[in-house]
Amino acid sequence: MKKLMLGNEAAARGLYEAGCGVVSSYPGTPSTEVTEFAAKYNEMYSEWAPNEKVAMEVAFGASFAGKRSFCGMKHVGLNVAADPLFTIAYTGVNAGMVIGVADDPGMHSSQNEQDSRHYAIAAKLPMVEPSDSGECLNFTKAAFDLSEKFDTPVILRLCTRVSHSQSIVELSDRVEKELAPYEKKASKYIMMPGNAKLRHPIVEQRTLDLIAYSEDCTFNRVEMGGTELGIITSGTSYQYAKEVFGDSASFLKLGLVNPLPVQLIKDFASKVDKLVVIEELDGIIETHCKALGLEVEGKSLFSPIGEYSQNIVAKTLGKEPGVGAAIADPIPPRPPVMCAGCPHRGLFYTLKKNKAIVMGDIGCYTLGAVQPLAAMDATICMGASISGLHGLNTARGEDTEGRAVAVIGDSTFMHSGVTGLIDIAYNGTNSTVIILDNSITGMTGHQQNPTTGYNIKGDPAGKIDLEALCKSIGINRVRVVDPYNLKECDTAIKEELKAKEPSVIISRRPCALLKYVKHKAPLTVNAEKCRSCKSCMRIGCPAISMVDGIAKIDNTLCVGCGVCQQLCAFDALEGKE
Amino acid sequence: MDTKNIMIVGVGGQGSLLASKLLGRLLMNEGYDVKVSEVHGMSQRGGSVVTYVRYGDKVYSPVVDEGEADFIISFEILEAARWLPYLKKDGKIVTSTQQIDPMPVITGAAQYPTDLAEKMKAVGADVDAFDALALAEEAGSSKAVNIVLMGRISKYFDFSEETWLKAIEECVPPKFLELNKKAFALGRNI
Repeated sequence: MKKLMLGNEAAARGLYEAGCGVVSSYPGTPSTEVTEFAAKYNEMYSEWAPNEKVAMEVAFGASFAGKRSFCGMKHVGLNVAADPLFTIAYTGVNAGMVIGVADDPGMHSSQNEQDSRHYAIAAKLPMVEPSDSGECLNFTKAAFDLSEKFDTPVILRLCTRVSHSQSIVELSDRVEKELAPYEKKASKYIMMPGNAKLRHPIVEQRTLDLIAYSEDCTFNRVEMGGTELGIITSGTSYQYAKEVFGDSASFLKLGLVNPLPVQLIKDFASKVDKLVVIEELDGIIETHCKALGLEVEGKSLFSPIGEYSQNIVAKTLGKEPGVGAAIADPIPPRPPVMCAGCPHRGLFYTLKKNKAIVMGDIGCYTLGAVQPLAAMDATICMGASISGLHGLNTARGEDTEGRAVAVIGDSTFMHSGVTGLIDIAYNGTNSTVIILDNSITGMTGHQQNPTTGYNIKGDPAGKIDLEALCKSIGINRVRVVDPYNLKECDTAIKEELKAKEPSVIISRRPCALLKYVKHKAPLTVNAEKCRSCKSCMRIGCPAISMVDGIAKIDNTLCVGCGVCQQLCAFDALEGKE
Repeated sequence: MDTKNIMIVGVGGQGSLLASKLLGRLLMNEGYDVKVSEVHGMSQRGGSVVTYVRYGDKVYSPVVDEGEADFIISFEILEAARWLPYLKKDGKIVTSTQQIDPMPVITGAAQYPTDLAEKMKAVGADVDAFDALALAEEAGSSKAVNIVLMGRISKYFDFSEETWLKAIEECVPPKFLELNKKAFALGRNI
């Protein structure tokens, strides 16, 4: 049967068909849907883990136990999971284990543009890279066989354009796998120095065996066309290059991107006049070719920054790119904004009003950094708001303890914020941490997490009590506020900043986009009362604009949250009960 | 057949994913090779969003590039103007006349350009601009703008009305089917 599928959905189908039994992941764009789709198959156990390190260790444990397993994450998630990654590279697997990692060239929804192929090289692990949905399915399936054949975890590298593009795939049935027998093998799985020293040579030999395998494996293929130009490429870059050159150039399309073949590349190079490597982000294939002594061009032509496209390939290699017309007026940019009714808005407005230094984190609320709220001072990675605040307050003491806060979402707090809070409690700075509890993992599209009380399938599950957790760590001052109530937020922030001990404010209200959230009727503007003071505009709500000097509310966006009403001194914004 | 290119543009949250799902399904039903490229994550939060739909005998790239689009379907007229450079010389823009102020306009840092349909026509674009939001509301929900636009664009394709309706049936939940059929008819028959 044929089906049009998102790359991520096809990868999930690959897990299903391969007889994978356990899936544990942490959401992160563009990887999230692999696990969301996996959870729709009842034959596989799927879960959201609190973070990527936990997910990878769960997947390892399942493989160790004899079941095919998978863990999925975005590129920066692999940083979190790097610790188990480098050591399960030594232990190898019992049943097949596949690690899905999705890069984000162009940074559509990420804080950096790292190239995860470096991890495959550094950890000495095989990595496969599909270029469309069909390959997502087939490579995922084949990765399990590769994993078992070479006794190694295999990394499946995706990227935004592959993960989030749909193309047609051919479906097959699931092949159930018997549980592989469990035997205690201390020297293989207990990585203490004596055993690890014995495993390292096995890893080195495995890499040599994988190079030999790569020379004629089905992941790599040569498509001979015109021989003036030979292109070595992989992933989505292959699609752009093929779009431009079709059969007029020859292609070596690499699906196994670590380790790279030697003879296959040399043979291909000998058949073409000019050799070019087209790869997004870093020049890894190019460096390999140069180490083989081949004359090749890559990053001297193509940028290591951002995504490519057919026009970029065409322009760079001397073909005519498409051009279009434009109007003369400047087009104002349309950056993403907090949604109308977003519970984060009132809290960030209050932080701005109090001129707080705000250590930010990763989630929808990073949008608190943009105008007109602009209430954020730093954002690094998951969890860094809290530990960063502790560092800030350690360096500046009372100067910042009374005016700096950390803001972190409920899911991010579970991911890696709690350890920072332990540092604050243990080493004692008078820090104020605000947990933005919107009862869901918002930015990645509404995934459940340990604080929501539901699992990945939406069934009731264990629920972490944030107040009790913070108190048990040793934070005595824990209070809950409603971010729709500006006065309550203001009082809490002022009091907790003043307090001479660590404190946690939980700003609690569910995401306005959650289906179960009941909204009030949109507000209306009483034009006679509006004095054009623009106070209501200070919260940066996309539903409010000024038309002919009078505030106007877009009734398709407004959800009647009432935050703007609290700013109007003339009662011009009216709601219906 | 050469690959044909469609872009669906708008503001995050306006429902472009359903439109691309519907087009993808229809084109696959018609036997074409199809690729659809979507935007997820941060850009969905009220930002400018674009979805690419490409179909033909064999499609390679999942994205549409400058000067390549046969059709630009736009939920919001400023977004049509933003993506205009992606239109082919003889391509067509079908856009709702709805205006949604981006944050720089709301804060006063930028101006929303006026007379956009005329300005796009003046540089040679074939523009079909109409109030899709009003028709969606007439059909029963402001959320049906995507299907109103599908109705409008269907006039420019050779596929039968039944083909379109079948794709709608396959893509929308049964309880919204009647509403969406009405929205499609309103878009198609104006």
